[in-house]
Amino acid sequence: MDKFTIEDMNLYYGKFHALKNVSLNMQENKITAFIGPSGCGKSTLLKSLNRMNDLVEGCKITGSLKLDGEDIYGNMDVNVLRKRVGMVFQKANPFPMSVYDNIAFGPRTHGIKNKKQLDEIVEQSLRDAAIWDELKDRLKKSALGLSGGQQQRLCIARALAVKPEVLLMDEATSALDPISTGKIEELCLKLKKDYTIVMVTHNMQQALRISDYTAFFLLGEMIEYNDTDTIFSSPKEKKTEEYITGRFG
Amino acid sequence: MRINRLKEKAMQGVFFLTAITSIAAVVIICIFLFYNGVPAMAKIGFGEFLGGQQWSPRNVPASYGIFNMIIGSIYVTAGALVIGVPIGILTAVFLARFCPKSLYKVLKPATELLAGIPSIVYGFFGLMVIVPFIREHFGGSGSSLLAASIVLGIMILPTIIGISESALRAVPESYYEGALALGATKERSVFKTILPASKSGVLAGVVLGIGRAIGETMAVVLIEGNQVQIPASLTDGVRTLTANIVLEMGYSTGLHREALIATGVVLFVFILLITLSMQAIKSRSEKHNG
Repeated sequence: MDKFTIEDMNLYYGKFHALKNVSLNMQENKITAFIGPSGCGKSTLLKSLNRMNDLVEGCKITGSLKLDGEDIYGNMDVNVLRKRVGMVFQKANPFPMSVYDNIAFGPRTHGIKNKKQLDEIVEQSLRDAAIWDELKDRLKKSALGLSGGQQQRLCIARALAVKPEVLLMDEATSALDPISTGKIEELCLKLKKDYTIVMVTHNMQQALRISDYTAFFLLGEMIEYNDTDTIFSSPKEKKTEEYITGRFG
Repeated sequence: MRINRLKEKAMQGVFFLTAITSIAAVVIICIFLFYNGVPAMAKIGFGEFLGGQQWSPRNVPASYGIFNMIIGSIYVTAGALVIGVPIGILTAVFLARFCPKSLYKVLKPATELLAGIPSIVYGFFGLMVIVPFIREHFGGSGSSLLAASIVLGIMILPTIIGISESALRAVPESYYEGALALGATKERSVFKTILPASKSGVLAGVVLGIGRAIGETMAVVLIEGNQVQIPASLTDGVRTLTANIVLEMGYSTGLHREALIATGVVLFVFILLITLSMQAIKSRSEKHNG
């Protein structure tokens, strides 16, 4: 089933035409990867899916983006959208508060005040992010004291705590060591049973390892979109082939 | 080569001299105050001076108790904080996160202008506007703790706004984005992530505001009534340590004069404590971030 339906989308930052006539559908409970060289628009497209682009001054979008058939840029409450479509950033950004308060931030935002209920959500989210065993004894400690990999998994747990339907990952492992990266990739494969995952990555091996579908972007255009095996084994476009074989980018 | 090195040495000397000037000023002021003030305190008796509630330098025998003035300074400062801190912090939040650019261009210089107004002008404003207002609506003479608190509350605004705003702006944008991405409203993201993250900077602004309030003289002397008493209500008159000095320094002689300098010593100790707590806040926040 299609989770996201994007049709003829164009995006401008002021006069700069950042995304050109992009149309693609992303399926539920699958991992879709966006690849392409820096500045190709893949992060821009990702941020359009939960309207984080609204923060960029002069950002204008035409065409249609739909989540479960509902127009993202229509009447949908942006805060509800962002609850449904969670996001993990390139650089881990835990709040300067305890591990517990970090996870509880989202649920509290959405009105859960009951201590027992919060305890349960915190534990479940940390378990889902495969970091409960490491952190269960330091829930009250500041999250800023964790290692980079732990911080990023904490941020995943924090995103899961609001029970989203989609998880957007913006180069979520690019600042991490290979072991932490491996843990997060494993986690993604586990999470796709319950969530739809859309990820931006510079690491083509990563896209190949864990994604089901891959979209290749170049200079604001989507060059090719197919299931990952096809993209990497027999790309239809010459540019895609050149990129994945490392001839530019 | 040699000339260059000589030049460098000479410039080093100049920099050293300029640096030493400000330090020398502090040290000399310190020595002057303590040299003149402490013996007077000893003569009066430390307990009698700090804890005595009777200030009557013209009586025979004279009594020099500044307890009421210490309390007066603390009350007036506390009153200023009650008014200045919430307004100041919320203004800083507005300027840093909510203010449209065009409005910012007007508001920011306006808050800076507030810092540049001479304190005597604040005093006039208090005398002509706030004192009559209090007299009409709350009774009493109008010259009161409340009037001083309001005017001082306004006077500490630029300090609190300026420092809090830069503290708020120094918070990484990623906290804000992280909160928004969880579906939090803009207000919640600002008040639950950005403001807490900037709390040591905001606190530093408040502490500096305390320093400004407790040391202020010309504005309060015009509007606080200056009765030597512990005010029983907000509309009662009050006398601060600073006002005590400025009111009587002109005609005092002998021990009276020394007692006023000793009052300055007490004020100095207050400022010293404030500066020290300021340093503590700074080093704590550095440790926290580093």
